[in-house]
Parts: sequence; C-alpha cells; structure tokens
Amino acid sequence: MRITCPYCGPRDVAEFTYLGDGTLRRPDPAAPGAAAAFHDYVYLRDNPAGRHTELWYHAGGCRSWLRAVRDTRTHAFESVALATDSVPSEQAQ
Amino acid sequence: MSHASQAAPLARDADGAGESRPRAGQPARLASGGLVDRTSTLHFTFDGRSLAGHPGDTLASALIANGVRLVGRSFKYHRPRGIFTAGPEEPNALVEIGTGARRTPNTKATTVELFDGLQAVSQNRWPSLRVDALAINQLGGPFLAAGFYYKTFMWPAAFWEKVYEPLIRRAAGLGGASGLPDPDLYEKSHAFCDVLVIGSGPAGLAAALAAGRAGARVILCEDDFALGGKLLAERREIDGRPGAHWARAAEAELAAMPEVTILRRCQVFGTYDDGVYGALERVADHVAAPRPGQPRQRLWRIVARACVNAMGAVERSIAFGGNDRPGVMTASAVRTYVNRFGVAPGRAVAVFTATDDGWRTAADLAAAGIGVAAVIDPRSGVAPALRASVGGARVLTGARVCDVRGGADGVRALEILHDGRRERIVADTLAVSGGWNPQVALATHKGAKPRWSEALQSFVPDAMPQGMRVAGAANGEMTLAACLAAGAARGEEAAAACGFTAAPAPAPRADDEPCGLVALWHVAESRSKAFVDLQNDVTAADVDLAHREGFRSVEHLKRYTTLGMATDQGKTSNVLGHAMMAALTAGGTDTVDMGRVGTTMARPPHLPVAIGAFAGHHRGKHFKPTRLSAAQVWAEGAGATFVETGLWLRAQWYPRPGETDWLASVSREVRTVREAVGFCDVSTLGKIDIQGADAGAFLDRVYVNTVSTLPVGKARYGLMLREDGFALDDGTTARLGPEHYLMSTTTANAARVMQHLEFCHQVLWPDLDVAMVSVTEQWSQFSVAGPRARDVMARLFGASDVSDASLPYMGCRATRLGGAPARVFRLSFSGELAYEIAVPARFGAALAEALAEAVAAHGGCPYGTEALGVMRIEKGHVAGNELNGQTTGRDLGLGRMMSKKKDYVGRVMAERPALVAPERPSLVGVRPVDPSQRLRAGSHFLRLGAEASVGNDEGYLTSVAFSPSLGGWIGLGFLASGPDRLGERIRAYDPVRGGDVVVEVVSPVFIDPEGSRLHG
Repeated sequence: MRITCPYCGPRDVAEFTYLGDGTLRRPDPAAPGAAAAFHDYVYLRDNPAGRHTELWYHAGGCRSWLRAVRDTRTHAFESVALATDSVPSEQAQ
Repeated sequence: MSHASQAAPLARDADGAGESRPRAGQPARLASGGLVDRTSTLHFTFDGRSLAGHPGDTLASALIANGVRLVGRSFKYHRPRGIFTAGPEEPNALVEIGTGARRTPNTKATTVELFDGLQAVSQNRWPSLRVDALAINQLGGPFLAAGFYYKTFMWPAAFWEKVYEPLIRRAAGLGGASGLPDPDLYEKSHAFCDVLVIGSGPAGLAAALAAGRAGARVILCEDDFALGGKLLAERREIDGRPGAHWARAAEAELAAMPEVTILRRCQVFGTYDDGVYGALERVADHVAAPRPGQPRQRLWRIVARACVNAMGAVERSIAFGGNDRPGVMTASAVRTYVNRFGVAPGRAVAVFTATDDGWRTAADLAAAGIGVAAVIDPRSGVAPALRASVGGARVLTGARVCDVRGGADGVRALEILHDGRRERIVADTLAVSGGWNPQVALATHKGAKPRWSEALQSFVPDAMPQGMRVAGAANGEMTLAACLAAGAARGEEAAAACGFTAAPAPAPRADDEPCGLVALWHVAESRSKAFVDLQNDVTAADVDLAHREGFRSVEHLKRYTTLGMATDQGKTSNVLGHAMMAALTAGGTDTVDMGRVGTTMARPPHLPVAIGAFAGHHRGKHFKPTRLSAAQVWAEGAGATFVETGLWLRAQWYPRPGETDWLASVSREVRTVREAVGFCDVSTLGKIDIQGADAGAFLDRVYVNTVSTLPVGKARYGLMLREDGFALDDGTTARLGPEHYLMSTTTANAARVMQHLEFCHQVLWPDLDVAMVSVTEQWSQFSVAGPRARDVMARLFGASDVSDASLPYMGCRATRLGGAPARVFRLSFSGELAYEIAVPARFGAALAEALAEAVAAHGGCPYGTEALGVMRIEKGHVAGNELNGQTTGRDLGLGRMMSKKKDYVGRVMAERPALVAPERPSLVGVRPVDPSQRLRAGSHFLRLGAEASVGNDEGYLTSVAFSPSLGGWIGLGFLASGPDRLGERIRAYDPVRGGDVVVEVVSPVFIDPEGSRLHG
C-alpha cells in the first residue's frame, strides 16, 4: 500500500502508523453526560466495509497526522489531507 | 547453438536402430538440437550416482537425458513418481539440493538450473527410492481417503500430540530442513518503474519492446534463466525466423535500451496494493555457493505505475487410472524436453489429448525421430491437417486412456477404451493434454474473481488490479500470433498510461495455429487410482467422497481433501478438481455452470519464497537497529556490561577486579553513590523540545498537573495519561524560556510520547501555537548523584554556578562547559543530591571522560542502569514496571497531582468509579519479614492463610531489588487498599518459581522519606 502524504508525496505504508476512525471529535469534558460521551469516544468504533475516514501518522517521514478516506475493501485511497487542514465532518461515513 | 526446429533423430541406446551413437553417459540425449551447450559437460549427482549434463539443462532435463525416470515418492501413498512438467508448476519431482547447512528440501527439479557439482537427493522414501517401506500405504488407500485424519484421530484427544501426529508426520511428508543456521546472505531491493512486464514469452517480449521503444522505464522479470518462455520450447516462426532467434534478438534490443532492466531468475510472486509487486531473484542458486558477500537471493519490492502480466498458462492433466506413473507427463513438457533440451523422455511415446495443442507434441516427437506409439483423442472428429501432422503414427479418435500399467520405472502399457472395448497399447511414456489454465493468480491476488471461459474451458482474469493489463496465454489468448499482438498492444497502452508514446510499429507476425479442445476431466471407466492433485495425493475418489459428504464448495473441497494445498498450490490440479466437483454437483447433466462454482481464492506468494528472503539482513543482532549513546566507546573502555533497553544499548554495571557477581558490582555502585558520588549516562531518555506562545497551555492539556505556572529556570515532574485514564508516561519538564520547554520521557516510551503529543496538537487542538521536535539524539546527558555531587560539579563549572542558591532543587540553567553549550538541571532519581548535565551529543564522550576523572577525584565511580534501578526502588520512584498500561495516577500514588481545575487528556475517564475505588491495588513497598529471604517480581499478594486462588488475589509485586543500604530485599507493588495497610503482613506468592515469602507492607519510600539528602 502506498499513501500520498500531502507533504512528502507517495510513500510506502511502512512509514506510517495507523490509528483509526478520523471522524471522531473529542467530547466537551464540561458538558453534561461527558462520561458517557468519552466512553463512546474512547471505545466505540464502527467497522465499515467500504468508505472509511481514518487517521494515519507519518512517523517515518514528516510526522504529520493525516486524515485519509480509504475503501476498506480495496484499500484504495480517495483522499489524503493533513489533519490540521481537514475538519472531520459529522457524517463522513 | 543449433535450433530446435532442426529436428534430429533420437539417439538409440541398445537396439542400434538409430543412425547416431548414444552420447556418453546420457542415453536419452538427442544427437542434436536443443538450446544446451553440448561443447561443455557438467557433472552432478542424484542419490549419489554420478551423472552428466550440459549448460542450459535443468536438473529435470539432465535426469531425463540420463534415463532417470523415478525421481521421488508421493506425499501420502509413497507411490513412485517421475517428472510431470517442465516448469515451476511441477507437483512431483521434488528433491533436496545441496548438503549440510545449504541443504534445501522440496526443490522442483524442473526449475533447478544445472551446475557443475550439483548434489541432488530424492526425498520422502525409506530405506531407498526404489524400495520404499511405506509404499504399503497405497494398499490401504481407503483408510487414507479425504477427511481420514479428521474422522479417525479424534479420540482420545491426548493421543493426537503424542502418538498420531508424530506417526503421520513420519509417514506423510516432504523433505527435511537441514536444522542448521542458514549460511547464506539475503538482501532486499526496492525498484520503481513505469511498466513492469511479468514473463518473457512472446507476449511479454512484445510488451517490453513496445513499452521500451516508447521510452518508458521498464522492468522485465523472467522466472527462467533464459528469456523466451514457450518460444524456447516450440518449433514456431516469428517474422520468418525461428522463435528462439526472434527472442534472442528481442533480448538484445531490450538490453541495449538504457531505461530497460531485465531481471532473469526472478519470479514475481505477489500483487499488492497500489502497484506494489513482490519478486524473488535467485542470484546464486545456480552455482554451488554464492561468492563471498554475494546474496543467495534478493527480494524485490517493485513499485510500478503500470504492469503487463504475461505469466502464460499451465497445461492441466486428465484424471484417469495410474496418471501419476513415472513417464506420464504433460504434452507441453514432453515437447519442451525434446525441443529446448534435446532429450527424449521416452522411445515409444503415446499422446492422450483433448486439445489440438497436444497433437503438436506428437508432430514434434515424430520430427525428432522419436517413436509415437499412438495419438488418442476423445473427440471423434479431428481435422485432417492434424492427422497428417503426426508422421503416420497410429491415431485413435473417440478414445480414452483408462489405466496406465507400470511400476516404479514407469509406464509400460496403456489400457485404451476405444469403440466400446478395451485395448492394450505398449508405450513407455504418455503425454497428456487436458487443456490450458491461464495463470490468473497475480491478477486475482487483490480479490478479483476470475471469469470462466467456455472456449478455453478454464478461468481467465476478469477485473484487473489497478494498473495491470494482461496479455497472451495468461489472458486466454492461446495462439502465437494472438500473444504477439496482445503483448505489443498492452505494452503500448501501459507506456501510454505513463505518458510515453511511440510511433506505432507493426506487431511481429506469426501464423495462427489450431487451438480447439473438448472438456475432458475424468475418465470414469478407470479401474485404478486416478489422481487429481499429484503432490497431495488427492484422487478422483476423494473428490467424489467430498461431494457425498457435503463438502461441495470449492473452498470446502480444498480443505477437506487438501486439493491444491501443497507447495505447488494446485497449479496443475485446481481447475481439474473444481470441474469434477462441478460435474458431480450438476448430477450428471452436461450443463455445468463453472462460473457459479468458481475457483479457490489465490493469495501471495504465487510460488514458495524462503523465509530467509523475507528476513533479508534482519537476522540475529541485525534483527533491529541498535542505538548507541555518544559515550558508548568510553563505557566499553571502562569495562561496562551492557543491556538492551528497547533499541538502546545501556551500561548495566561496571564490574571491578575481584567482584564475583553482578550483585557485588551493583551494590558497590549503590553504596558509592549513597556515600560519595557517582555518574550515570541518561542520554537515552526521550527529550522533546516544545516551543510556542501556547506551549504552556498545551502542556497543561497533556499532563495531569499544571506546567504553565512553572517559572523560567525551573523543572517539574509530570504524569501524562492516555485518554482512557490510564498512565502513559512520566518525566520532568523544564522551562528554558518564556515560550520554550524541554520535556523528558522514559527511554522506552520516547517515540510513543512524541506521536501522542503530535496527535494532541495536530488532531485535537490544531489552533494552539506550539511546535515540537525530538532532540533525544542531539543531546548527551549525565546524572551526577551523591553527597559529593556538588564538589564534582564545582570542579567542572566553578563553585558559584552550582551553589544551592544559584541552582536550587528542581532548578535548571543554560550555561557553557569547556567552551561547549551545556544545560544543567538539579534533578534526582536516586534521592541523593544530584544534577544532570546535558551537552550536544558530539561532546558526550568528552564529558563522560571528564566526569569519570572528576568523580574519581572525590571517591566516586560510574554507575549503570542496575544501580539506577536499585536506588529508584529504594526511593519509591515508579518506572516502566509500574507504568505498565494498567495503572492509573491514583494507583501510582500520584492522585494528588491530578488537577481538578483544568481539563487534560484522560481526566474524564480516570474518574470512572472502578478506577477511583479505594480497594483498587495501589502502590506500596514490601520487605520480607525474614530479611534473608529474596523477593521475585511478578509475585502475587495474598492475605496470610488465604488459599492461592485468583479470587483471593490482592495485587502483585512489580519491582524488586537488593538494597545494600537496608541490607535486604525490598519491593514495590500494587496492593488492594495498599496505603491503608502499612504494617500488615501478607504473602508474596510466586507459583511459577516456587516463591512464597511473608512480607510486611511498608511505605514505598524506603530511604530518606523527608528528602533531606535531596536538598543537601
């Protein structure tokens, strides 16, 4: 698998570390129900067959966190953006 | 070199009927013809017998030249087996190559390039190849049918491991590994190209020429040692000249193109995502041993923008009785041995063919002067041109071979079903042509399903992986003219897809040959065992049994019968077995929907790859990189013993003459630090430089405590959590300037913390104005600890610089040392008066030397990680054993550090009720009640008198040390409601090593709880 890092260009997947769901937003710790919201944020993940927005870390390169959209069935990347430049949409899946 | 088309009469050995004399030692070598170099002779041995061959031979062709027919015994029934094919699809002729540590089992004789001194041994036979004790297995055939293991060896369960499995492994198996360390080198290479061409047959060469002429960067991979593929094995012409000559000219043209790389002996074994291909180059398998420094094999990772897959096709067999006898071969293999290698697989060869292609074998045999016993075709109508092509040989149409008669030496006669009656035909060899299976594996590794072709009666690739085009026989384009045209077209398209175009050139010309066939899978009238998968000994009866017992899906059939699960991955057998199952499922009707039945999923590697090739240089101590401190050479000179901590090598202790064991050295180092002074290399701790207007705010969000209130010139201990509330790492952070912090991490977690901080910044809070970089490698850092530490510092820096007023506890300052920039910190891990000095790494070795001298002048010594560990346990400081991913800040006794005034990573989850419950195991110290007793880390805590059960478990011991200061063993651990139980006696129970010690629960701070030494 090769990932086109917006900073470094197309690089081998071995340079990257996978994290997971890139649509999650850290809940507001002061809001009511924060404990339940954090539980979901920390533990609950969907496992879609198909389009998936996910986070990758270019550990062996520029150290950028990337937000990528990938098809989990084919591994085809639809887009790769710097996490700092891309705000996760609420319903990205 | 003479060409195959110049047919030569067969050299006869004994009957004297031939015109030419037999060649010395090679009775079945034809007098002329073939692409071997007859001017040179290579000597090799097979089962200890000395034999001879020529450069250009494979081991298989040389064995045939020497009249060797029996090459091995089969996996399960120990039936005699010979050479079945002429290529990498070989299921039968597996041998051990080489001796000693270089012995390689399960090597296909059909792909071994002959070299002088080659030693090959047959395998899976005892006591000898000819007399095999376990051949009796074939008489007990019904007991070894499909599913036998599953049904028979179920009970009693304990018997499987002790009795059944060892027996089965001895009886059924392949060759053995040498059991010795592999003496050879393997390396990995990366390559990038525009167009990867896989295979150098007519389609592959045409594609490489088209793409190369357009100017694309081309890599051409050929598994064989010679380019040309089928062109080397056929009497066909291209552009009016012999195919092999055309191939040689194409190779010369490609070799002259600067952007074209030709990799011979290189098999592409896998298609991966995004145009990545795995390939194995056999660099030195065709010589007795690699040259010094030369790798045996090279693993290629090829990244290609486009790919032309011209892997070709594999000829399949037909299931009939005795179709595994030595002397039964695929028709194309027979043709290959005659045309390419100039050897005669037999003297009276019968051809059993359901295809037009099989007739060409008969024609080539006749042209080479080899006797054709009969051509047997199940079709009733055969074109007159085909009949005319076989030189007057006997032709039986509408006929089938039912059974092969013969023994260990192979075929002696055939039973033919012809016009409703059986007839016996004498023959010593049988060439079988059941049709061609395109090699769909590389096109389907990414999950695409192949499509059934009615015309071909086989599967062809359908949806292609990104960037791949398939050309020639691999795509079901079976005639030479079609292969050349498709290769040129796909090569041009692939180059164009990469932006390279050339003036269109006419594709090379060749005649279209007939390539009709009829589907014939199984001769049901067979009376003896009819094999489907030769390597795993799967018979037609096994497929039938799987059908009766309901294992009808091809994936079930595979696992129940082991069809296609051998090292050849069913290259000659899969489609045959699947078609037979399809026919059974259709209940005898002719409408078999093979498209629905499908075929099994192909996964890389397409061909076996040695584990050594995947490991490459990453073996032994090179398995991972080793990180060395700048003071490594100094520490070696000082006689240090080293320990691996993560990737780092750290000085563990510095033994002195007269010290008999590690404990003596470590205890002496601890006493020296506690009584005088010592220094320790702490460069391996992670160092992260953090700067920016929001650096303080950022640190407040990642640490449980507040950092932003730290004055410039001071350092503070901090704890960070994961978002789930458990501890991630700890360390000190120093404020070097208003917007400049330096964080230290544990050695083990340095990279993980860096990733975590970057996540917090880039993903959680990108609005914060902060930037960070790891400076672990850039700075060497040493701890100077002990009551006389200030004297040592004063010797280096001058007294005023390090006075308590100028550098108080937890103070830090940038300064200079011997002209070099330096940083000093008043930090202590040992509990003693202590400093840390950091200098740029290039001055690390010099500082180590200066410290050794200064410390020695004050009665001190260097100390290693072991003494460091003892002192931190004596002082109750937590480290990696306590920060084990299962502990919270409260568990670690750091609950009061956790701020209630701000948000930080992990705060909300750390408040979960179970994580704040008082009965949760929390940090305590323990000491054996009997001071002579030793503690073991990992022991579990039990109440006195409580049974040792999981239900009674009250916690565990994480770190232990012999404390020279206290004269006994001490430990840190986590105990339920621990801090409330000081003074209580409990058991430290270690069932693994038989430890059971009564200990007293004490404060985790064993030494100087007031901290008076620290501030000294």
